Amino acid sequence: MKLTEEQQAILDGEKGETLAKVMKTLVMYGEAFGAETMVPVTSKYNHLVTSFGLGVIAPVYDLMEQLIEAGALSKQQFSADPRPLDPNVPANFLQKLIFNKFMYNKQDFYEGQLQKLGLMEKDAFTCTCYMDEVGNKPEKGEVLSWSESSAVVYANSVLGARCNRNSGIMDLMGSIVGYVPYFGLLTDEGRKASWIVKVETKKKPEAQLLGSAIGMKVMEDVPYIEGLDRWIGTELNEEACTYLKDFGAATASNGAVGLYHVDNLTPEAKECGKALVKENANVYVIDDEELKRVKQNYPIVWKQPNAKPKLCFVGCPHMSLQQLKDWTDKVETGLQKYGNKKVVIPTVFTAAPGVLKEFEQTDYARRLKATGVITSYICPLMYMNNPLCAKMPVVTSSNKLRTYTTARYFTDDEILLLITRGGRRS
Amino acid sequence: MREFKGRVVTPGTAKAEAVVTHGGFNTLASLQKSLQFGDKTAKCNDQNNPDLYGKPLAGYALCLPQTIGSTTGGMVLYCACAMKRQPACMLFANPIDSLAAAGAILADVWLDDVTMPVVDSLGEEFLDYVKDGMMITIGEDGKVTVE
Repeated sequence: MKLTEEQQAILDGEKGETLAKVMKTLVMYGEAFGAETMVPVTSKYNHLVTSFGLGVIAPVYDLMEQLIEAGALSKQQFSADPRPLDPNVPANFLQKLIFNKFMYNKQDFYEGQLQKLGLMEKDAFTCTCYMDEVGNKPEKGEVLSWSESSAVVYANSVLGARCNRNSGIMDLMGSIVGYVPYFGLLTDEGRKASWIVKVETKKKPEAQLLGSAIGMKVMEDVPYIEGLDRWIGTELNEEACTYLKDFGAATASNGAVGLYHVDNLTPEAKECGKALVKENANVYVIDDEELKRVKQNYPIVWKQPNAKPKLCFVGCPHMSLQQLKDWTDKVETGLQKYGNKKVVIPTVFTAAPGVLKEFEQTDYARRLKATGVITSYICPLMYMNNPLCAKMPVVTSSNKLRTYTTARYFTDDEILLLITRGGRRS
Repeated sequence: MREFKGRVVTPGTAKAEAVVTHGGFNTLASLQKSLQFGDKTAKCNDQNNPDLYGKPLAGYALCLPQTIGSTTGGMVLYCACAMKRQPACMLFANPIDSLAAAGAILADVWLDDVTMPVVDSLGEEFLDYVKDGMMITIGEDGKVTVE
């Protein structure tokens, strides 16, 4: 790799051994992908995936401590993924004991480390950092050193920023030296699609299901999606962005998609159209039958497949303000229809602290609370990843949560029915 | 016996029994539970991976197309290495992905006493040929012997 004088000096240890190791890590990372140069990180903020103070990942805290002690701090402030704990979320005595004393016993310590390294503000914990209410929203063309698969795919696809699917820890390395290796999704060639996905459904496809199908098919390739603008329009308005947030998270977690283009909708597809598609691209046709097949093939890992759900999570990735409002309307209508006053399954809607703060200023918050739904800034994935919660029959409309935990996936409409009517399933 | 030639991502030699996945290896879903709850054999906990679910991974030659899923993947792999619960080596049929590369490189640069050789670009034929239980030997030059 051709380094600038400044980069070479860092690598040679002129700014200390720790910074040299940071640069070596980035150089090796770039060389693994044939990068020839490093380019400056140009976004205002970074975003880190590692937000949880799990006692068991002590090696990460040791590495962070090395960075802090050497003064190798982030040149950018950053947001981080959601916190793993929130007292608002239902948990029994044993679960609370395990969460606080055994699993996340390093949470305060780790948040202290993040503040020293450059956390934007004390509550900057969400996977949807790009929400207006959070304020970490990069501009088109900016180069990022982000991680968090759902945020990276959103930043690349919807905002037109440029970011590789960086791993936790690697995200911070780029931010410390201010450069990232130039390869993959940072390059024009790497942003070209090797798949054409033709959406030929007869109704609007469920975002989380469509994303899952595409992720499992194309894996880490870039898909160019045709026919979706018929259902979500040609403008990146609030509704379309929300759809793409959930869709993208499913492509990234069920596969490894870091960028997708939607014909007539996403910024690069609007600018370049099918010129973004590589020659001899593969074709994947998705109709209603294909989505049904994908959903039916999800394994059910509950011990009792017909168990009554004990908890429901909506909001992985975190919900937008408009989603919270829309779901409030839907839950109220559902409860009225089925003659219930409160949701019949304990239900948690998750969103960024900043979004929740805005939501609390509206009358919707009072109305949602009256339905019994709890709001939280928690990471449902972190909540679920322990043997006690893993044994619970938890339902969700998140395909990401389904992928990583024992939570069972249902479409938005099915979830609404489960929490407002309960009992019989549709 | 067959030999395959790939590209060395992180150096080292190894001899270990193969475990094989034909689908993407979801690092977080596969390893988090075992790291969190003291399973030194690092049994795969990814319910979506029928090839590996329930099988121990620590000390085995993990043969895979690529890794997928959460961007905590590299960090999880780094922790597995630091806790000595990593595969003996990782052998990729495809060019390596950014998350696996990060984990392997972080371990190589930041951990003093850990070796997990990684070879990529071994080709689809490699995954077609290798089966669970076969013995894998990796040379420094990225030559992989399967027998």
